[in-house]
Formats: sequence, C-alpha cells, structure tokens
Amino acid sequence: MAPDMLSMSSQFPILVAIIPLMAAPVCALLRGRNAPWAFTTIASAFAFYVSLQLLLTVASSGPISYELGGWAPPWGIEYVVDLLSGFLLVLISGISTGVLLFARESVVKEIPTSQLGLFFAAYLLALTGMLGICITGDAFNVFVFLEIMSLSSYALIAMGERTDKRALTAAFQYLIIGTVGATFYLIGVGLIYMMTGTLNIADIAARFPEIEGTRPILAAAGFIVIGLAIKLALFPFHVWLPNSYTYAPSIITAFFAGTATKVGVYLLIRFIFTVFGVNYSFTGLELTDILLPLAVLGFLSMSAVAIYQTNIKRLLAYSSVAQLGYMILGLALASESGLTASIVHIFNHAIVKTGLFLSVGCMFYVVGSNYLKDLDGIGRRMPITTFGFVLGGLGLIGVPLTPGFISKWYLVVAALEKGSFIGYGLVALLMVSSLLAVIYIWRVVEVAYFRDPPDGAEKEEAPMSLLVPTWLFILGSFYFGIETSFSVGMAKAAAAFLMGGA
Amino acid sequence: MFALETHVALSLIIPLVGAIGIAITSSAPNIRETVTLVTSVLLCLNVFSILPGIMDGAEPAVLLVELLPDIALTLKVEPLGMTFAAVASSLWIINSIYSIGYMRGNNEPRQTGFYICFAIAIAATMGVAFSGNLLTLFVFYEVLTLSTYPLVTHKKNADALKGGRIYLGILIGTSIGLFLPAIIWTWTLAGTVDFVKGGILSGHAGAGVTGVLLFLFMYGIGKAALMPIHRWLPAAMVAPTPVSALLHAVAVVKAGVFSVLKVVIYIFGIDFLTETGAAEWLTWVAAYTLIAASVVALTKDNLKARLAYSTISQLAYVVLGASMATSMAVAGGALQIVMHAFGKITLFFCAGAIYTAVHKTEISDMRGLGRQMPITFIAFLIGSLSIIGLPPLGGSWSKFYLMLGAAEADEIYLMIVLLVSSLLNIAYLLPIVARAFFYPPLGQIEEPTPVGYEKSDFSWRNIQEAPLFCVLPPVLTALACVVLFFLADPIVRLIEPILTP
Repeated sequence: MAPDMLSMSSQFPILVAIIPLMAAPVCALLRGRNAPWAFTTIASAFAFYVSLQLLLTVASSGPISYELGGWAPPWGIEYVVDLLSGFLLVLISGISTGVLLFARESVVKEIPTSQLGLFFAAYLLALTGMLGICITGDAFNVFVFLEIMSLSSYALIAMGERTDKRALTAAFQYLIIGTVGATFYLIGVGLIYMMTGTLNIADIAARFPEIEGTRPILAAAGFIVIGLAIKLALFPFHVWLPNSYTYAPSIITAFFAGTATKVGVYLLIRFIFTVFGVNYSFTGLELTDILLPLAVLGFLSMSAVAIYQTNIKRLLAYSSVAQLGYMILGLALASESGLTASIVHIFNHAIVKTGLFLSVGCMFYVVGSNYLKDLDGIGRRMPITTFGFVLGGLGLIGVPLTPGFISKWYLVVAALEKGSFIGYGLVALLMVSSLLAVIYIWRVVEVAYFRDPPDGAEKEEAPMSLLVPTWLFILGSFYFGIETSFSVGMAKAAAAFLMGGA
Repeated sequence: MFALETHVALSLIIPLVGAIGIAITSSAPNIRETVTLVTSVLLCLNVFSILPGIMDGAEPAVLLVELLPDIALTLKVEPLGMTFAAVASSLWIINSIYSIGYMRGNNEPRQTGFYICFAIAIAATMGVAFSGNLLTLFVFYEVLTLSTYPLVTHKKNADALKGGRIYLGILIGTSIGLFLPAIIWTWTLAGTVDFVKGGILSGHAGAGVTGVLLFLFMYGIGKAALMPIHRWLPAAMVAPTPVSALLHAVAVVKAGVFSVLKVVIYIFGIDFLTETGAAEWLTWVAAYTLIAASVVALTKDNLKARLAYSTISQLAYVVLGASMATSMAVAGGALQIVMHAFGKITLFFCAGAIYTAVHKTEISDMRGLGRQMPITFIAFLIGSLSIIGLPPLGGSWSKFYLMLGAAEADEIYLMIVLLVSSLLNIAYLLPIVARAFFYPPLGQIEEPTPVGYEKSDFSWRNIQEAPLFCVLPPVLTALACVVLFFLADPIVRLIEPILTP
C-alpha cells in the first residue's frame, strides 16, 4: 500500500459512494421536520465536493483507479474515475444538492412528517446507486448499484400517493418494467462472464476482441443494450417514465429527470464505446441501424405527444423521453462530434429539465395542482416562477444563449458530418422536433399569460426557499448556455477519450 | 470620448441598463418615461460617436464571449451596420416621445413592461447591426423576436393571442427550421461564420449547394418577409402603434433585410453569387413579392394593414437589390433601408395619431379627416411621397439606385417591375390623403359650389389634432425625409467601401 493511500483525498473514489450509503440508515432514524432534510443535504453536498475534487484530479492527471479493500483487479472490485464518469458524478451530485435545497418546504406539503426520515433515506440510497453506477469499474457491481437505485426509486415514486393515488400504480408499473430491464442486463453480464471469466470492465474490454464474433457475445450485447434501453426509457420502452414522473413527489421528479435516465445513457455509452468498442458496436452489431430509427421516432413522436398533455408534469416527462432521443441519436451517429453532442446534452438537459420541474414544483406548492386547467393566468398569479418556467422552456426549445442551443449545434454538426441523404434528413427532422417543442412550451405560455386567473385567486408567490433553488437552475442553465468551456470542453475531451480508446 | 471599442460595447449596454432603470422606476411614470428618453438620447449620441471612426475606415471589434470553441460572439462595426444602427437609434428617440403620447393618450395597461421590452428589443437591434459573425447575428435576431412577442401581444385579448401565434410561429419556425441549419452548414463547409468582405463560401461550395444555402438563408430570415412567409407582419399589427412604427416598420423588418444584405455581401460575396447565378430565382421571388404585396395593399381598408403590406413590398426592394448582386443595386438596397425607415415610420405615426384623436382605423372612415387634422395628413402626404420615390424626398434615391442597378445588370424587365410598383404605391397611398382633404367628413353632404365662386373647407375652428406628443414625431420624421434627400451622397460614400472589393 502506497503511503499516500492513508490520506483523505486518495480515498475519494470510495467516499463518493459510501457517504450517501452510510448516511441512509442514519437518516432513517432521524425524526422531525428538518433533521432528515438537513442531514441529507449535508451528505449530498459532501458527495458533490468529493466529486468535484475527483473531476479536477482526473482532468489534470488522468484516470484514477481505486482498489476496493486493497484487492487488486481483476479479483477485487475496481473503482474507476475517468473524464466521463467524473463528469457524471459532478452532474448527479450537483443536481441532487440543488434539488435538496428546494426540498425542505416542498416535501413537508407532500410527504407525511412521520415518514420524512424514511423518505430521505430512500433518497440517499437512490443517490448512492447513481453515483455508484458511474464510479464502479465492475460490470456486476453496476448491477448492484442499479438495483439499489431502482428499488429506492420505486419507493420514492410511490410516496407521491398522498397527492395522487395513481402514484402507486405508476410505481408498480415501473417496478415490473424496471426489473425486466435489470434482469436483461444481468443476463448479458452473465453471458460475458461466461465467455471472459471476468467482471472487471477494463478486463472484459481487453479480452473482447478475441471473442467478439461468438454467438453468446452477440446475445449478451443484445440483452445489455435492450436492458439499458428499458432503464433509460428509450422509445418504445418509455411507457413507465411519464407515469412515474407525473405522480412522484415534486422533488423526486426534478431529481430523477436530471439524473436517473442520464445514468442509463452513461451505461449505454460505457458499454458501446468502452466494452464492445466502436468497431464491434457499429460494424459488427450495426447498432446505428437499431438505435438511430428509435431515437428519431422517439424525439418526433414524443414531442408530438407532449403537445396534447393536460398535466404539465406529464408534458415535461414526454419531453424528457424526446430529449433522450437526442442523446441516443448523438451516440448512434458513432462519430466524435456525435458523442460530444450526446454527452453535452446529458449535462445541458439535466440542468434545464431540473429547473423546469422545480418551477412546476413551485406552482404545485401554491396552487396544489399540476393540471393546465388549474394554472390559468398563473403568469399573473406567480410572475417570478412562471417567468422562470418560460426561460427554462426556451432552453428546451434550444434558443441561442440557452444550453439547448449548444446541444443542438453539435447534433446538427454531427448529422451534417454524416452527410448523405440520411444526414440531411436528420437535420430536417431535428428542426421539426425543436419546432414541436416550441408548440408544447407555448401552450403553457398561453395558458399562463393569456387566460384570466380564476375568480378569487390572489397573487401569491412560492416562498423564497423554493424560488431561490429554482432560479439557481434557471440562471445556471443560462450560464452554461453562454459560458460553455466547462460543459463542451469536458464532453469533447470525454468523447475523444472514448473514441480513441477503441 | 472613449475608445471606439468601448462605444460599440456601450451600444448594447446602454439600452439594457435603461431597461433596468425603467423596471426600478415603474411606480413613478414620469421618471420612468424620463429614463426611456434619456436612454434613447444617450444611445443615439453613442452610436453617432462611432460614425466618424467608421468613415475613416476603422473596424472596431469587441469579443463578447466564447460561445463555442472556435466561434465567439463578437461585435464588429462595418459601414452597413453603422447605417442601420444610426437609423434605428435616432428613430428610437422620436418613437419614445411618440410612445409616451400614444400610451398615455389611449390609457394602455402594463406600460412598464412595454417600455422594458422596447428597450431590450432596441439592444437586440444594436446587436444585429453590429454583429461580427453569423452566430452573433442569429443570437440577437432571436432575442429580437422573443422580446417583441410581449409587445405584439400587449393587448392580451383573443386577437393578440392569434396574432402572436402567427408572429412567433413564422419567425421562430423559419429561423430555427432554416436559418440555423444554414448557419451550421456554412460552418461545416467554410470552417468559419465570420463576416468577411468578398464572402467566405467561394471555393467551398458548388453551384448546387450555394443555391440550396441561399434558399435556406433567404427563407430562414423570416423578418425580411419574402412571400409566402410574410404573414407575420400583418399579424403583428395587433400591437400598439408605436410598436408597429418603430419595430415593424424599422427595427425588426430592417433587421431582416439587413441580415439578407449581410449574408449576400459577407457570406456569399457579390462576385461569387454573380458567377454561380444562384441568386437568379431570388430576383424573381422578390419582384413577385414587390408587385403582389402592393396589389394586396390596395385591397386593405384597415390603415395599418395597408401599411403592413406596403412594408412587405418595400422590403422586397432591398432583397431585389441584394439579389441583383451589382454594386449599384446593393447600394440601392442599403439606401432603401434608410429611406423607407423614415418614410414608413411617418405613416405609422400618423395612423397612431388618427387613432388616438378619433379612434378610427379604417381608411373609409377617414374621409374629410384632413380638415380636422391637417398637420397629421400633411406629414402623411410627405411620407407617402417619399415612399413612392418622388424628389425632393429621400425615397427617390433608393429607387434611382435600384433602377441603375437593374440597368447595370441588364435586367430591363426589372425596370418595368419597379415602374409598375411605383405606380401601385401611388394608387394605394395617395387616395388616403386626397379623401381626407377633398371629401366631406362622413355623414356630411356638401352643397355644390356654384361655378365662379370659391369656398374654403378649411377653418381653424375645426382643427382637433392628437396630443402634441403624437403629432410632433411625424412632423419631425417627415422633415427628415426632406433632409435625407440632400444626405444621400454621404450615405453612399459611407457604404461605398463594401461594394468595391
């Protein structure tokens, strides 16, 4: 053991996952309205700090490998932080911390006080799962964290039952579909283990070229890609997502919208580019032919479906499925610029969508409903919140100076680079999809500003503790729409690393 | 006073600071309007302080922010943008005076929001005028669209909602659907989106691709209102008249045709377009728009709708000038931006003054009104004559240069088109004035005057003009139309450098 192993910073990779994991049972024991929340926020903020430190280290001195319990890989479990996983760690822990700032007053309205300890314990477990998936370098360990995340999220979504009983069926639906997805993934990993005799991702990747033509590997790749597609709600495996997002408590929707599906995209990128390698994925498996049509169908159909929603959370949820289509499109293009677009959009969409769901959370806090019909004239009743929603909506459309524009720029560049008929067609379809986004966002704008508030409705803003975090995300989205050196720089470097590693 | 670069940056900062000032002083309307006026005067002085430097051939550039690797948001002043900024900023002062008269005279609600959006729209206009590359242009173009949406829908009723949908639908639809892909495509082809004299596409694109790109640009810049994507402009007329006057006769529409000129001159390059012949179709589309919009204008009884179609037709002059791709024609297009701005804003000011004074919007109701509002209608007459293109008014020069350009390009048919269009202008503008002065007011029948006798219909007692703040602005802009007739030469000399490679 190297001498510096004893210092705190060398233990950061394990700390990221272990802090929320250890905090969860403690949190379950806490009582009262504020203690569980404060404890969770501190744990999440600490994870954020550690993630940032890790990303800085990786950016300056290359990938970090950490041997769990001192067991050298491939026997022991290895934790790996490279640019992509470090980027995701920062994103997830950052969004979690921001959402938690919002949580204190919002949660009290939606969750019984007696269950707050358990609620936040489940929240911490979900956070553990997401961070763990990103940091682990072991394919089976991924499954473990995936289950930690999924099981706790079933519970969290079901907690929305106090405001709407349909949360229970939504959680159950997610449980069934999510389990199918996780099982598929596990079958895939099992097949790979059978062929390679190892679970370490780097090790599998090293041995992969020898066995990549075999039939079990073909089956494994199929299971893994489909399993992950279910987990990340790729069209047509998305049906669980709109229900879950609609009926979950406000902060859970905001948290998951920014992180849960992104973790799925991360895993897909990891397997396609690191494990299978670009060559096998796109010439052997011809994944482009499968993912590209699904992505396009996804963003077109889901944007169109979003237009007709009457519940604003559901509208945003369908929009999320559509935006996932963009991310999958980027990686399906199998080029460095496409992958850059994909990664940068993971980041951009997370910030924008979290801001949007938080502003919807503010509206729910005051009005007590997410249905558009109850939000007539909300622009005059809650001007600050609604203006935030409009600005976030512009980000979703991809107006310049918002991060959505940056993502779109790279996606279009990637599509044009592909050239040929398909590339130009994709550009046209992307533009059609953004115009659909204009329509579904403007439906809300028209309800908010052009309809008269119902009689007796008074001007009442959400409390500062909700407004400030919401606007933090809204302004943050504009910051990252203008100053793109962090998001684009990281995405470019990560994409180059992943493509070069093939 | 400061370095040239500082003044360029200030052109964006002053209206934005003004917007904040308006927001802070919202509870005291008099102070709020003072803030608007002071801001507009400061902006105008600031813009004109850049002018001497540009005349000496300076090219001040300001880096705003590195938006994407290799593509930054930059401001760079060149003669064309200088001209546009000077026009927009000086008219903003007059329009601010007018806004005060109009908004107070009609007791409009939500005035603070109105002035804030107006200031932001002006800032965006300055950004468009001074943009140093396509991306910067696009950013401010979209800011302009979004900041004017609340102005268009100011009345918040069903009409405003419908008008707003068309406005936003067409402008955002074309810009995101066509303009943005064209920019990104240009970037992938040429590796840059900077505005460079002589164009950047030459050598990077074949004739076919050039044609497609030109199509994407021309229909992507929806603000230039080429048919058939002109519908947003009549729809925008639901806005209060000061908005129609400054934004939908000057800032927004001119931002559109200005972008067209910029793209043609600095992205494609005049010579490159002439070589490839890719702009041939554009000439005919512009010519068609020119005539068709004039014919539609003849059929409109609503004064603002007629003026809107007239604007569509007049904008097509600029596109026509750009598409002919000769230096004379492009000079004509650039002059048209200036001359039409002063002429058309006069007409809109008059329309608003009539509405404020007697609440009439239909031309058929305006019979005999000239006797009640002679100053307004004389200003209207001068503005009309300038738009028609009669000396000694500014508008004659732009028509003159376009004619020269058509001759230079050997396009005799286009000269006929221009001729017919001028006749149509007379047909839809002058009857308004003639009826106002020579017909008796509605509901009155004049006894025939026997032969040999004379009778004046004019009487001081009948005069009932709109408030001073509504009447003074059209008088000023009408006088400016006369003054511009003598200023054409300096303007042409200012923009000359960009026409001769």
